[in-house]
Amino acid sequence: MTAAMRPQASACPACSAAPAAEALAEQAADKDARLALSVPTVHCAACISAIERELAKAPGVHSARVNLTLKRASVEADHDVTAADLIAVLDRIGYEAHELDVGTLSSTATDKAGRDLLMRLAVAGFASMNVMLLSVSVWSGAEAATRDMFHWISAAIALPTIVFSGKPFYVNAWSALKHKRLNMDVPIVLAIILAVATSLWETSLSGEHAYFDAALALTFFLLAGRYLDHRTRAVARSAAEELAALEVPRAVRVRDGEEETVQVSELAVGDMILVRPGGRMPVDGEIVEGQSELDRSLLTGETVPVFAGPGFGVSAGEVNLTGPLVIRATAVGEETSLHRMADLVAIAESGRSRYTSLADKAAKLYAPGVHILSALAFVGWYLYTFDMRTALNIAAAVLIITCPCALGLAVPAVTTAASGRLFRRGMLIKHSTALERLAEIDTVVFDKTGTLTAGTPQVENLGDFARRDLEIALALAMGSSHPLSTALTHAAREAGIKPAQVSDIEEVPGYGTQGRIGDTLVRLGRAAWIGAQPLAQTSAFLSLGEGQVRAFTFSDSLREGAAEAVQGLLDSGKDVLLVSGDSTGAVEALAERLGIEKWIAEALPEDKAARVQALTNEGKRVLMVGDGLNDTAALAAAHVSISPASALDAARVASDIVLLGGDLSPIADAVTTARAATKRIRENFRIATIYNIIAVPLAVAGLATPLIAALAMSASSITVSLNALRLR
Amino acid sequence: MQVLSYLIPISILLGGVGLLAFVYTVKSNQYDDPEGDARRILSDEWDDHPKP
Repeated sequence: MTAAMRPQASACPACSAAPAAEALAEQAADKDARLALSVPTVHCAACISAIERELAKAPGVHSARVNLTLKRASVEADHDVTAADLIAVLDRIGYEAHELDVGTLSSTATDKAGRDLLMRLAVAGFASMNVMLLSVSVWSGAEAATRDMFHWISAAIALPTIVFSGKPFYVNAWSALKHKRLNMDVPIVLAIILAVATSLWETSLSGEHAYFDAALALTFFLLAGRYLDHRTRAVARSAAEELAALEVPRAVRVRDGEEETVQVSELAVGDMILVRPGGRMPVDGEIVEGQSELDRSLLTGETVPVFAGPGFGVSAGEVNLTGPLVIRATAVGEETSLHRMADLVAIAESGRSRYTSLADKAAKLYAPGVHILSALAFVGWYLYTFDMRTALNIAAAVLIITCPCALGLAVPAVTTAASGRLFRRGMLIKHSTALERLAEIDTVVFDKTGTLTAGTPQVENLGDFARRDLEIALALAMGSSHPLSTALTHAAREAGIKPAQVSDIEEVPGYGTQGRIGDTLVRLGRAAWIGAQPLAQTSAFLSLGEGQVRAFTFSDSLREGAAEAVQGLLDSGKDVLLVSGDSTGAVEALAERLGIEKWIAEALPEDKAARVQALTNEGKRVLMVGDGLNDTAALAAAHVSISPASALDAARVASDIVLLGGDLSPIADAVTTARAATKRIRENFRIATIYNIIAVPLAVAGLATPLIAALAMSASSITVSLNALRLR
Repeated sequence: MQVLSYLIPISILLGGVGLLAFVYTVKSNQYDDPEGDARRILSDEWDDHPKP
């Protein structure tokens, strides 16, 4: 079915969230809960009815509605219905669902803007079509009273439309002028106003030329460009919001021995918080009770879990691996180390904001040029004829013909096409100039843990073990959900190993798993616990009693498409660097495996940012690809940055492009697409300039009629849009 | 040319009806879920009695 292949981006994202927001406002009144679920696997008509039916049957649910375009279900229910109940309902009929944070999703303001633009665009389209028809009869020879009547009717349609539809331009132009700057909107507004004013004057004198159609067509084409631009950004924003909304920030607070689930924002310093295995630290704190191991890879890039016991300090963002921990919050919200990193990001980002987009560069050359040209034409003709009416007419014609109709469409049309293409490949362009910047890069810096590697360990030396040892190891590993144990279980099962008979298996949080075979104590866990020398590599030790100790070594598995991405970038002549916070051995091994010659290990977050900065100072354009908190500063400092969807929120916020899937291979491709897009944008500027070069002399010479203006404007706009579509 | 005096108002009126219809569709959230709506029409669940 064709509909199934249509990308999400083709929907109208701008008009999608507003009803949600309205519903939210209504809900606030009757105190019912409104829940949003992301249902990524919904794809057909039968799915819609099945999901809606099942959800509606669930106790306490008032109504449920599936949005197939956004792959979301919104549910209105009694206050005590939780998302977990509904996820279980959907799970039973075979649909995977995730809770979305309704608060993060409500994007009323942005949505209103999209609808507002669409409405103005519709009115401008309606009016310009009517006026164009009236103009056609004028051009084909309507005379005297008939022509005047047609002009007056055109004026009656055009005036209110210009006032209503042109509002976005007036607002932008005014705010630019207030800051004593010129932007693309200033010549637009001037052209529209001058065209309408001279046309009115001409009409009142029963003149021949009126530019009502030109003024309206101008508004229509420019609004179309604005709307495209807005839509592209709205799609990106809504997808980015959905990513953020997936992490519902909740924590379990322990008070007087009772557990309660609260929003992370409600936590205060001194609160006791329970973090279960697999959970992420919501705040900075100190462990009061329990012992476990912590995965700090998102913060530091280290892959080896660290042991944590009472008195040990933890930072927000670390993942608890084995045992439940109770921590006392020492810093919450803005004070946490996670948020302090934002300062680093802010400093690094100030460099990037200096980038001027191609459109701005064009506007900088263009806006003064247009004004000067039209003023010269006015002065020249006034001195030549001493006739205000002729001079003003010609000045208006010059402004209309040079007006950046095609320029206004040139960039948005290309970015919409390119972003749509990349979105289908699983890349989300968050920043409006990200594509242009991506096209310029010559150096790529990769982070290791979580970016090039999947963050899931793989057993390396399974073949070195005797079958009996593996059977015991499997039996022990099955008793734990620690990532290393999971990896070991998986690998052993693949190899066809059956677990040995081990009794009294218990997990000792923070250390490992132990059990008994007859009278012998067998253990699988950390080196110190087993009594072995720790290795530099990620490893787990198996003790078979009587001093027999063997080590399982682990390597991080490559992320899907990582090899292709690196190879593709190397092939296209980019410099590829690997900068990681992990140990030298691990980084070197990975660099060799991927064919990366330059690598840096044990880098602190500051080192990473400094490295990127140093490259930038050498005149390189750096693309940074990273996911961890230790990468955020480097992500922000780079010319352009990419992070995977699995990255920490802070890293995603700092980067320009987010990879939605787990696959890295689109990166090399994206650079090619970005280059093609920039080439198209430049081509479009050139096309627009050529039209101007042909039409402007005519206008200055006073030979331009409204017919020529209309032809030049429509033809250039349509060529530019078609050229942009070639990108698909 | 007499004919223009009523043909022009009629054409503008008809265009205006189209515009109002479009405004109505935008206001009543009909562009929320274009893909879903295209599929919903194929579902026979509400054929005999409309969805409440």
